Amino acid sequence: MRSYVPNTEPERQAMLKEIGLSETEELFSDIPRNLRLSRPLDLDKGKSEIEVRRIFKAFAENCESSMPVFRGAGAYRHYIPSVVPKLSMHSAFYTAYTPYQPEMSQGMLQAIFEYQTLICQLTGMDASNASVYDGATAAAESMLMARDIKRRRKILYSAGLHPDVQETLKTYARFAGMQAVSVPLFKDGLTDREALVKELKDSAGFILPVPNFYGLIENQAEIADLVHEQDGLLISYLNPISLGLLKRPGDSGADIAIGEGQPLGMPLSYGGPYLGFMACKAKFTRNLPGRISGETTDADGNRAYVLTLQAREQHIRRDKAASNICSNQMLCAITASIYLAVMGPGGLREAAVQSTQKAHYLAEKISSVKGMRLRYPNTPFFNEFVVDSDRDAKKIDKLVKDRGLIGGLPLSYANKGDNGILYCVTEMNSKSEMDTLISALEVSK
Amino acid sequence: MNSRSTIPLLFERSRKGRKAFDLPPIDVPKTEHPIPAGLTGGEPPLPELSEVEVVRHYTALARRNFGVDDGFYPLGSCTMKYNPKINEEMPSLFEDIHPLCDFETAQGALDMMLGLEKALCEITGMDKFTLQPAAGAHGELTGLMMIKAYHEANNQHERNIMIVPDSAHGTNPASAAMAGFKVLEIKSAPDGGVDLEALKAAVNEKTAGLMLTNPSTLGLFESNIKEIAQIVHGAGGLLYYDGANLNAIMGIVRPGDMGFDVMHLNLHKTFSTPHGGGGPGAGPVGVKKGLMPYLPKPVLAEKDGKAFFDYERTMSIGKVKSFYGNFDVLVKAYAYILSLGGEGLREASENAVLNANYIQKKLSGTYHIEHDRLCMHECVITPGELSKYGIHTLDIAKALIDRGFHPPTIYFPLIVKEAMMIEPTETESRETLDAFVDAMLEIAEIAKADPEALHAAPVTTPVGRPDDVAAARKPVVRWEENE
Repeated sequence: MRSYVPNTEPERQAMLKEIGLSETEELFSDIPRNLRLSRPLDLDKGKSEIEVRRIFKAFAENCESSMPVFRGAGAYRHYIPSVVPKLSMHSAFYTAYTPYQPEMSQGMLQAIFEYQTLICQLTGMDASNASVYDGATAAAESMLMARDIKRRRKILYSAGLHPDVQETLKTYARFAGMQAVSVPLFKDGLTDREALVKELKDSAGFILPVPNFYGLIENQAEIADLVHEQDGLLISYLNPISLGLLKRPGDSGADIAIGEGQPLGMPLSYGGPYLGFMACKAKFTRNLPGRISGETTDADGNRAYVLTLQAREQHIRRDKAASNICSNQMLCAITASIYLAVMGPGGLREAAVQSTQKAHYLAEKISSVKGMRLRYPNTPFFNEFVVDSDRDAKKIDKLVKDRGLIGGLPLSYANKGDNGILYCVTEMNSKSEMDTLISALEVSK
Repeated sequence: MNSRSTIPLLFERSRKGRKAFDLPPIDVPKTEHPIPAGLTGGEPPLPELSEVEVVRHYTALARRNFGVDDGFYPLGSCTMKYNPKINEEMPSLFEDIHPLCDFETAQGALDMMLGLEKALCEITGMDKFTLQPAAGAHGELTGLMMIKAYHEANNQHERNIMIVPDSAHGTNPASAAMAGFKVLEIKSAPDGGVDLEALKAAVNEKTAGLMLTNPSTLGLFESNIKEIAQIVHGAGGLLYYDGANLNAIMGIVRPGDMGFDVMHLNLHKTFSTPHGGGGPGAGPVGVKKGLMPYLPKPVLAEKDGKAFFDYERTMSIGKVKSFYGNFDVLVKAYAYILSLGGEGLREASENAVLNANYIQKKLSGTYHIEHDRLCMHECVITPGELSKYGIHTLDIAKALIDRGFHPPTIYFPLIVKEAMMIEPTETESRETLDAFVDAMLEIAEIAKADPEALHAAPVTTPVGRPDDVAAARKPVVRWEENE
């Protein structure tokens, strides 16, 4: 059995004696006897490091994770420079708690302040929080922000949002007593503007994914005008890598910018931990949920950082707080900061351009495969696209996997009965991988 | 000696044209203007640095931060125990698994989650867990939504009041409000426990449930828990267990046996996955059978020896986040549980409680012990007599920093004025506890002889006490070019 308790048995006995006890059991005398567990926990005996390693290796070997991936759909495999995990795993970061004592946590507080700035630079916004759990909960929190800002209990969201994000929004809305209304997509795969305008009256805002789940790029500026005409907020839900190339939401009239930050240096890791980012225009800063680091000075005028605007938070406001969030995804936010610092403006641009270019190459190749066609051939897309075909999507998926590739996502995940496949390409996918995929699609019947 | 220093921000280190990234040249024929010009923008105005500058910057930031690996961190209610290194290595085995690959491809990951779920059921006495919630507060919200869904499914729509003791963590009332409940706060009894009479008076046909931390935030076990459960259940409500303080009772007593219906765990506290400077954590939620239909989607299931996610859940509250949870954190927690085994978990709790009592005993006489009896895994003290020298809890905390210790949680629980909540955890040696006690006793002496010296603390840190009032009055939450 592994033990991380330093004190030896004699030391423990001596300590017990100092408290005036003779047996460990006496420490628990407040717990009624008839409640106590009268047997040992029914768990395996503790294991050595070697044994633990073997167990996890066996779990990992029972997964097939070394294949090239053409699947995104909310979780993207981008290149993670070696520096990123090396630096974020500094023990002074990962073994720390939330920086409640600023004098001994200046490193973390400055790192948060820098993260907030990077997210603002990326989105064109004025203020950012220190993160929430993931993109889906960022969307849910932004819905509550919009409710509080506009004092309206109806929120609109695009049917082009990631299905998990839609599901999460609906859950939060139900319990917050809000009405979350889906705005359908037009046949070009973008927001049906007529339907949007119909629903906008008395809505707190509209959550618009850019690019959307199907990879398609919306015109935020035009949608923003429609939303603002009815005094609603435009909330843009973003893929941060795409911001290396696309117009920033802050420059396109969006009021709040949120999204899933996983592509910024986090591995796929079967779905988490990822990073929910949230940024907004200055006038909504006090409506942001969660931790925020702010700049101030100490008594001698030295620049210093502290957790600020805490009057919004649960430990002060309790049931009147902007949100219940306490722990967030701080280390993931640091990871994203390091990623952005390493990539810089040129690197982020390059990752976005390569993803776009390669996706367009693959889209063209696939649409030349007999019986396969793009679902939205005339709509601009970033690095994902939908392919329809006469063959069964699940069967194609299986055949591609037999060739050693994780292919696109069968869209039955999002909509029952949808036989499309959503492909994703990043800078990680080489031409030869794509050519292998094409040949698999060509021969598979 | 002057310890004060500032270091430049990333943005102040930026120099035009520097770069740290390197991608291979693009290997496919170019598509001209794949995206119309109206939708594209310029390069985002990020800083430009070389790789070595990024490395030195973050290394410098790390030097200005304090973690468990740097020293004693007795932050009450946060369980800052040592984070074993092997646990940090295990997640990389799974880092390339896409969350939307088929179950066969991810079978080993699913098996790992099943193993963890079963272990958590045994440790807590609950029947089923969801691993989806990302943190303790997220677990609370999820559990409370399930309580609401349960009452609604039973046509008890009027049950919209959640009772929360005044000693509770701030997340409790905040989560209850987010789940759509009205919060009814009840005062604690003089002994710090739930006031049974107040509880009896509070429950009625509108009661949805009671949220309880046991041991409480005062570090005391609620001996009347059976009576409390009877009162709440008798009125038709459910009992919610806030698992923040589970480190006191592993292998000794289980929430499921105390009468709790729903609970969350903080894997980043009790099960030693690190706190990451504020996250990521994981807040799995456990339930008794009757609440299983309401678990968030998807639910981990097993058929013919194969694990899979079951989405066909008509009574489910729905999803509470993307995908299935903070998977890496789950891996680390399971590695911890496998390492310690049942016996080791009990040993951890025993020593956590022993260490807390040892500190409480050694500080009694100098500091005021709020409830002078055996405590569980943490104790709550106040400056007591030292107040008359004009010394506050904040001064003591800052003086501890100068002595190389992270201060305890301060000014919480709210029901104790000038509270210091000390949670040493089991992974501290007797010498460390003694050194901390000596520092506390020395600070008490200085408080009497030279209180001004304490008001100046900390003096050994890069900055002195920051001006929070100014920070909040005119918030500067990002760097700007023209600064």
